[in-house]
Amino acid sequence: MRIQKVFGFFPFPTWQMDVDAVLGQRDYKEDDFNLAEACEKENFIETKASLSYWQDAWRRLKKNKVAMVSLVIVILLLLFAFVGPLFFEHDYTTQVRGDENIDPSWQYPFGTDNLGRDLLVRTMFGTRISLIVGIAASLIVLVIGSTYGAISGYFGGRVDDVMMRLVELIYAIPDILVVLLLSTALKPALTDWFNTSDSALAGALSILGPSLIAIFIAFGLLYWVGMARIIRGQVLMLKEQEYVTAAKALGASSSRVIKRHLLPNCIGQIIVTTCLQIPAAIFLESFLSFLGVGVSAPLTSLGSMASDAIGGMYTYTYRLMNPAAILSVLILSLNLFGDGLRDALDPRLKK
Amino acid sequence: MDNNMRDKKLLEVKDLRVSFFTPVGEVKAVGGISYDLNYGEVMGIVGESGSGKSVEAYSIMGLLQSPGKVVGGSITFDGEDVLAKTAKEMQDFRGNSVSMIFQNPMTCLNPVYTIGNQLIEAVRCHKKVSKAEARAKAIEMLELVGINNPERRMSQYPHEFSGGMRQRVMIAMGLICDPKMLIADEPTTALDVTIQAQIIELMKDIQKKTQMAIVFITHNLGVVAEICDRVSVMYAGKIVEQGSVEDIFYRPQHPYTLGLLRSMPRVDAEEYERLIPIEGTPVDMLNPPAGCPFGPRCEHCMKICLRVEPPSINVAEGHTSACWLLVDEAKKKEATPNE
Amino acid sequence: MNKELIRVEDLRKYFSIKMGFMKYNYVQAVEDANFSIRKGETLGLVGESGCGKTTLGRTILRLHEPTSGKIFYDGEDITHVKMLPYRRKMQIIFQDPSASLDPRMTVGEIVGEAIDIHKLAGNKKERTERIQQLLTQVGLNSEHSNRYPHEFSGGQQQRIGIARALAVEPEFIVCDEPVSALDVSIQSQIVNMLEDMQKDMGLTYLFIAHDLSVVRHISNRIGVMYLGNMVELAESNELHKNPLHPYTKTLMSAVPVPDPAKSRARKRIILEGDIPSPMNPPSGCRFHTRCPYAIPRCKEEVPVWRELAPDHFAACHIL
Repeated sequence: MRIQKVFGFFPFPTWQMDVDAVLGQRDYKEDDFNLAEACEKENFIETKASLSYWQDAWRRLKKNKVAMVSLVIVILLLLFAFVGPLFFEHDYTTQVRGDENIDPSWQYPFGTDNLGRDLLVRTMFGTRISLIVGIAASLIVLVIGSTYGAISGYFGGRVDDVMMRLVELIYAIPDILVVLLLSTALKPALTDWFNTSDSALAGALSILGPSLIAIFIAFGLLYWVGMARIIRGQVLMLKEQEYVTAAKALGASSSRVIKRHLLPNCIGQIIVTTCLQIPAAIFLESFLSFLGVGVSAPLTSLGSMASDAIGGMYTYTYRLMNPAAILSVLILSLNLFGDGLRDALDPRLKK
Repeated sequence: MDNNMRDKKLLEVKDLRVSFFTPVGEVKAVGGISYDLNYGEVMGIVGESGSGKSVEAYSIMGLLQSPGKVVGGSITFDGEDVLAKTAKEMQDFRGNSVSMIFQNPMTCLNPVYTIGNQLIEAVRCHKKVSKAEARAKAIEMLELVGINNPERRMSQYPHEFSGGMRQRVMIAMGLICDPKMLIADEPTTALDVTIQAQIIELMKDIQKKTQMAIVFITHNLGVVAEICDRVSVMYAGKIVEQGSVEDIFYRPQHPYTLGLLRSMPRVDAEEYERLIPIEGTPVDMLNPPAGCPFGPRCEHCMKICLRVEPPSINVAEGHTSACWLLVDEAKKKEATPNE
Repeated sequence: MNKELIRVEDLRKYFSIKMGFMKYNYVQAVEDANFSIRKGETLGLVGESGCGKTTLGRTILRLHEPTSGKIFYDGEDITHVKMLPYRRKMQIIFQDPSASLDPRMTVGEIVGEAIDIHKLAGNKKERTERIQQLLTQVGLNSEHSNRYPHEFSGGQQQRIGIARALAVEPEFIVCDEPVSALDVSIQSQIVNMLEDMQKDMGLTYLFIAHDLSVVRHISNRIGVMYLGNMVELAESNELHKNPLHPYTKTLMSAVPVPDPAKSRARKRIILEGDIPSPMNPPSGCRFHTRCPYAIPRCKEEVPVWRELAPDHFAACHIL
């Protein structure tokens, strides 16, 4: 008897009163009490449909209205900067004689400057340069900072102590001063090199100009320390995780552990910090360009356009307002988006 | 307490349903459970993770947090409808009529207040007594739970206590207002075996002294055998079997209960016996099957088990089991071999 | 006669904790461990928190560097050698499956990492085949190799961890509480799988757990640890029938038994007090503060580890 086999020792009489009351009107199917097939059982076992880390983060990000609006604005500005100029036949250097100093009109929505250059195109181009400089500088920070921070955090002990003391030293250095010094010091040497050398590298770099190169060098020397600290913090936390121990137990080398296990798990922090680094870099570059130590002609950026417009500030106010407004909106949107991204990727908020 | 009280119902849970409304769907954490608890009785609620055992305890205490909500059924305590109480009435209810102790004593005690402070607060929340009286009561409780030097210990902080001692303090806090019922949510799971034995003995002693009813939630069948009078076995939000502790251990009438008993290694086993595991994986609570939740894992699963939820069938006095195998039709099938 | 696969001599592991600017204190996690594990057997290691069993298991694998003492693998002294070739022979399964799997890697990558590190597959095709074979061996669908760990249940995650350990074709596996974090109905599946693996592949296990029932079931011999010391070591049935050390007796009586009549009938030895801190262990025999049979000698002298019956070791003054 099946019942006895299942339930072992004592066959118990089942009192059917309750069952009949419940089941009285129920119709059973013909084969209801046959054993179920294995495939029928399989259909009921569903695998977990859970969200992946990125889906979960995207869902949280979507809920954040401020971050979404900022994202849209950033995308619009990117289109403005990179796609906009394609709609025009003339570029940012074209000087149209006879069209100097025109106020904003249908033909020239942002007006023209004293050399007859279309200010709208120049603004678009300036935004492009600001963005490129910002992103490039952030990438430099990303590469140097995350490597340094990961190594320092992973090895710990004496290595970590020394590396962090260096970081603290660098924090103490006044950055703007270094940029100014570098650009002043390098200018003669670089200008010489550009003029005399024939290499493609010199040609490419000469477009940037010595001041801009100085800015990049300064970023490479100084600005990675924030990222390094953050990544080191993450790595210190992550290296205690059991999957790191598991990798070591398999015989993984230190570089493998850092590359394959630690850094990928810091991606959230890396993205957010880089994203927040971009507006900071753009701000710095604009500030320096405004002072005259940033991009040099013929390149233009939002900061240098503002600088050019200072002279005619009261007569041609729009020449100052336009780039300044765009710059402010750009930096604000990037910061707000970065903040929203950080909240979305924060695993502690994960439900 | 006289034996008359023992037969009187203290807690009546009828068809309780609790759901969590998550962004990915409704999780029916508790899908209609019913049980009774008499005065002075110890009821064990056994289940694994996802069985809903903690959730139903939280709903008795009114501690369910969103997105969880009670969506059906009733809870009656000492004749009063618990679900109909206002927030203020629930505050009065908690700690006074029903107390709860939790699994992790480390996180349940406030680290910035002394133990004495927290105990006195627990008393004065519910009873209008002077500070001195509250303090005396607190010391009395610490002695009851077996903490030496209670006067000195009153002014110590939680981090100065070990895990076992903290759990004792939690028990003291739970009992300080003389509640009629204690809900213990996995109180010994986080403790070492020898400390667990101490706490179980303590709880047995106190229960004998105060004749308090206890709802003891755990996944450890050994502990259940030690302390409980009656047992409800839960799986995927439903009670699959309910009965006295002897019924459950010696005369299990549900494949899940039987499976649990057969798959547990025993320290008192005379010789090596291979474990008989329960195949499959725990049910996904987002998409529970239409019929019996244990169906896909049951070796005796019938077609009706996947289609319709089994009713709760009286197997003996006070012993019920929700399984289609116990229905007349199933036994008839057994009698006429048709293979 | 079974050969010894692992031998441990006077093994010590202390962790230093910074107490202040120049002050350090030591957590005496493992103290003078002396035992061996025979080929093909399962040695169970049981004890409560602070007993050092997990530290001991990891120190044998040199995941922690021993403070002093020696470790021998198959007769060779591996205390100070480069471990990479030995990592193929000695593996570990962890307690918390969700923590021991890298959440950013797919299952295939996790299992494949072992193959990559030791260059066990000649080309991509071989590698994929091997991964699929391992997944099937532990009872998973080979199609799952593109999924991420969080998409699996606890029991399945533990199987992935086991597949990873098997990928290097080890001889010895330290099972560090492999079923403690799993649901009760899943534990027996994993235990059976481990037993089958041992039979099929001739593996040797060091099975660490705090649950004496599981240890009793799977082990040939059991070692009982308290506060860094091993207090008793004997064959599984012998330990159960004839426990010698007071702590072992207490532990046995404290384990809850799922049988109401037996449970209420038996007399339990309930210890007073709590487990002392490993940073400040008691002098002499570390158990003397809680031992119901302690004599004055226990406080002053550390008991000697000796063989009190055939293949039954213990360290206690009153025996």
